Amino acid sequence: MKKYDVIIIGAGIIGCMVARFLSRYKLDILLIEKEADVCMGATAANTAIIHAGYDPVPGSLKAEMNVKGNRMWDTLAGELNIPFERRGDYVVAIGEEELPKLEDLIKQGIQNGVPGLVFLSGDEVRRREPNINPKVSGALWASTGGIADPFAAAVAAAENAVMNGVTIMFETAFQDFIMDGNKIVGIRTNRGDFASRWVINAAGLYSDDVMHKAGVRPEFKITPRKGEYYVFDRAEITINNVLFPVPTPITKGILVTTTMHGNTIIGPNAQDIQDKEDRSVTREGLEEVWKGALKLVPKLELRHVIAVFAGLRAGGNAPSPNPNIKYNHDYIIEIPSNVRGFVNLGGIESPGLVSSPAIAERVIELLKDAGEKLEEKKDWDPIRPARPRFRDLSKEEQKILIQNDPRYGRIVCRCESVTEGEIVAEIHAPVPARTYDAIKRRTWLGTGRCQGGFDTPRVLEILSRELGIPPTQITKKGPGSEFLKRRTKDVA
Amino acid sequence: MPEIRTKIICITCPVGCTLDVTYEDQKVIKVEGNQCRKGIDYAQSEIKDPRRMVTTTVKVIGGLHPLVPVYTSAPIPKPLIFELVKRLREIELQAPVKVGQVILKDFMGTGVDVLAARDMPQAGQKAQTGSG
Amino acid sequence: MWPEKIKPIYDVIVIGSGPGGLAAAIAAKKNGAEDVLIIERDIELGGILVQCIHNGFGVEIFKEDLPGPLYAHRFIQEARSLGIEVLSDTMVLDLTPLRKINAIGKHVGFLELEGRAIVLAMGCRERTRAQIRIPGTRPAGVYTAGTAQRFVNVEGYMPGERFVILGSGDIGMIMARRLTLEGAKVERVLEIMPFLTGLTRNYVQCLLDYNIPLELRHTVSRIMGNYRVEAVEAVEVDEKWNPIPGTEEVIPCDTLLLSVGLIPENELSRKAGVVLDPNTGGPVVDEGMQTSVPGIFAAGNVVHVYDLVDWVTEAGFVAGKSAARYALEIKKAVRRKVRLVSGNNVRYIVPQYLDSESLAESDQSIQFRVVRPVEEKVWVEVTDGEHLITRKLERYVRPGEIVTVKIPQKAYDAVQKADKLVVSVAKSQGDQNA
Repeated sequence: MKKYDVIIIGAGIIGCMVARFLSRYKLDILLIEKEADVCMGATAANTAIIHAGYDPVPGSLKAEMNVKGNRMWDTLAGELNIPFERRGDYVVAIGEEELPKLEDLIKQGIQNGVPGLVFLSGDEVRRREPNINPKVSGALWASTGGIADPFAAAVAAAENAVMNGVTIMFETAFQDFIMDGNKIVGIRTNRGDFASRWVINAAGLYSDDVMHKAGVRPEFKITPRKGEYYVFDRAEITINNVLFPVPTPITKGILVTTTMHGNTIIGPNAQDIQDKEDRSVTREGLEEVWKGALKLVPKLELRHVIAVFAGLRAGGNAPSPNPNIKYNHDYIIEIPSNVRGFVNLGGIESPGLVSSPAIAERVIELLKDAGEKLEEKKDWDPIRPARPRFRDLSKEEQKILIQNDPRYGRIVCRCESVTEGEIVAEIHAPVPARTYDAIKRRTWLGTGRCQGGFDTPRVLEILSRELGIPPTQITKKGPGSEFLKRRTKDVA
Repeated sequence: MPEIRTKIICITCPVGCTLDVTYEDQKVIKVEGNQCRKGIDYAQSEIKDPRRMVTTTVKVIGGLHPLVPVYTSAPIPKPLIFELVKRLREIELQAPVKVGQVILKDFMGTGVDVLAARDMPQAGQKAQTGSG
Repeated sequence: MWPEKIKPIYDVIVIGSGPGGLAAAIAAKKNGAEDVLIIERDIELGGILVQCIHNGFGVEIFKEDLPGPLYAHRFIQEARSLGIEVLSDTMVLDLTPLRKINAIGKHVGFLELEGRAIVLAMGCRERTRAQIRIPGTRPAGVYTAGTAQRFVNVEGYMPGERFVILGSGDIGMIMARRLTLEGAKVERVLEIMPFLTGLTRNYVQCLLDYNIPLELRHTVSRIMGNYRVEAVEAVEVDEKWNPIPGTEEVIPCDTLLLSVGLIPENELSRKAGVVLDPNTGGPVVDEGMQTSVPGIFAAGNVVHVYDLVDWVTEAGFVAGKSAARYALEIKKAVRRKVRLVSGNNVRYIVPQYLDSESLAESDQSIQFRVVRPVEEKVWVEVTDGEHLITRKLERYVRPGEIVTVKIPQKAYDAVQKADKLVVSVAKSQGDQNA
């Protein structure tokens, strides 16, 4: 049985970030993921906001991680080459009656230690965002807020981890712990058993199931909370900023926001469901999102919508570790007292993306506190190099790129100008893209107006060629999602 | 043999009249619902000897694509369509294939040939530049 | 590796080699355009016709009932025999209102070209599942009919075994028959309208012939299956397209085919500043198929979606002819004017440019002043730089007196061929600056 120092369960943004930060130390690390690629759980579908931190309950672990994490993003994005912009978030009040809520938020933000909170007048908001509802009465501008590409973040963190010696195994599902008394000494998976001194639970939507297998927090439960979104055609509508409505107690509300890819998206709503794999889009959910978004930007038009999708939040019911506050949906970031060799992360929902580097650092602190001698690698390289994105290059750079590798001269996705060279580069990257969705996440192909209509046959051909497997084995998102059933003439 | 009454849609012209046809033993007795004479002709041929053009593909080895489109030189009797498709499925051609090439001659004595609908050059030909 | 054969400027550049583009290129060549180039993003010519292996093409133009590829073949052959140049596997990235093109291709690198006239013939794309917002999951197995058609007929793969088709448009019905002939089962065709949206002929020959049920006033209310389609939920709708509760039916299948509309593909048109008609989704054009940008024409499904390919071809002919005319006008305007250049002892000449065509009508006078006076007989000469075109003997020349020279009509041929006309006063023995 292969022996590791640390096994991380789950390659969402949290698992990938923990792996990346831990890869700095002389540890044998294994990151396992039940799906075919990184970030296919909660990280697969969210609003991609780097929150400023005014929203979480003051004194909560969420608030602490949010604000700490927010500060780390410039360095993180620079080292890992993650598309990221700190352009500020707006909480927009519509009508005079919503203004007092902005004041509450500013107070809360100051309590949480959030810098750069500014109150803007309705006129100023209208100037910055011409498409905003003309009834805007004012806004809170949280200037430290921003947007990032969550897929690029997970991929980049995972790749940097791999570059620094971490092993990643996909399609490897955790089944149970191997215990020696109350000490975890390994795990069982569908691909065999692995021994380890530490196991880190980063299983997101399934973090409750994992910790229960260790006898930890039997009362803790993840309730998946669905949020639905619309994506707009970049050419038809331009929103400049991240626009929040005034929040409700349950949710930050339905945003209208730009993204690092340049599309405007609206959403999410919030609907508790049972099935942890139910990412279906619903008529009711979409209607709710549409109505909510019109409040901020009345001019939205349905005919400019090019995609809809749904994501699941890993909503937990853990009471805050801070005894001074009454809050029952806080993060779990702990080494539990009743089990040895276990770092337990649970209920990491929003603000999970912004918090991820802070959570990774907290995990390291916990390990140190537990007596782990973390010796730094002399050759740890924090830099994950960026790969060229054809459409972002200047004409001269494009010319040189094509001359050096003619595969950059063949456009595969017309709407997003993604070339064959880029696709091949992702297939052979340190964390290889082996499915259509994996390539889509990394290159953004197939997300434009034709939604994969033209690129799908070409992408299948390239994947088949580069991976050396027949096109009938190429999948959209892992085994069971094959695109093609058989060759046309092979009739049973 | 009993009299059968059925509805068929005439496709001779874009109007698409729904014809109410009574026939016995593949012989048309009455046609109603037609707006012109062609409807009667169509009903008669559809009842007696319905025919269809068939277009499909045939496997090619070593070509630019693994299939070449083919078509029947004339309509074939409708009941023979699946047999034709089955026969064609068993054929494997060697590239290059030329447009108009006879893939199957005189299918089942109908006098109808199956022809290639395009050239299929050998694989590995450079992308076309220049003229000609 | 990068071919030098590609010229920097063409009379007519056609973007797209489907029926619209092919017809435009052919008509351009036949109407006087000398250099005609087709840029095609696929590896071969024919556009969408490559995958439309069914018949029904050419009924009007050829009076024959041809399969798509054969129809295309006729025009491809003609284009070849006319010497039309082709760049395939090459995608146009950018088009400016001044008709400059950036294109890239694996075999040609990065190209910068210009067309005196451009014909847009990029065709159209299919409406997607997301655009009609079908609720449910996003598994593998949801295809637009055209993409499925490409797989089945060209790539050689079946996307599924059990199909439900949404939309009774022609592509959907054609695919219903195609899939059935290749051994798959088409469970149902659903159409949201209360009427058939495709041709009756296809209803008979694709659905009725194969006993494939069609349900009007129905749509798909939900897609099911996490990784691969497992079923769709069909539902009846009212006049406002709202689902009627209680009419839901789950149809097990592994593939959903969408035939829910075509949209003209106008990204490049937008980049070129072409004004689009929101009703068609395509450029606003005049009777010659010229768009709002002078010199940019459009033909085929990129303008609006046609029923018959024969009309696309006709439109292509119109656009190609207009494009050729436009290109020729530009060439003439540029070629026509010859510059008059000051030679020895000439200070300036008016006019500075001579339209060589004007000599077809009459002699043309030009006037000039000298730099230095010469008080004896001198020759005033007009050459093309090498050869003499005309000369005149002047008794004297003085800066204060304008000298006139006539370019005679018989010099028409010489002037047509000339790059410039040099006017000079011949040096004589008494010339100070000899």
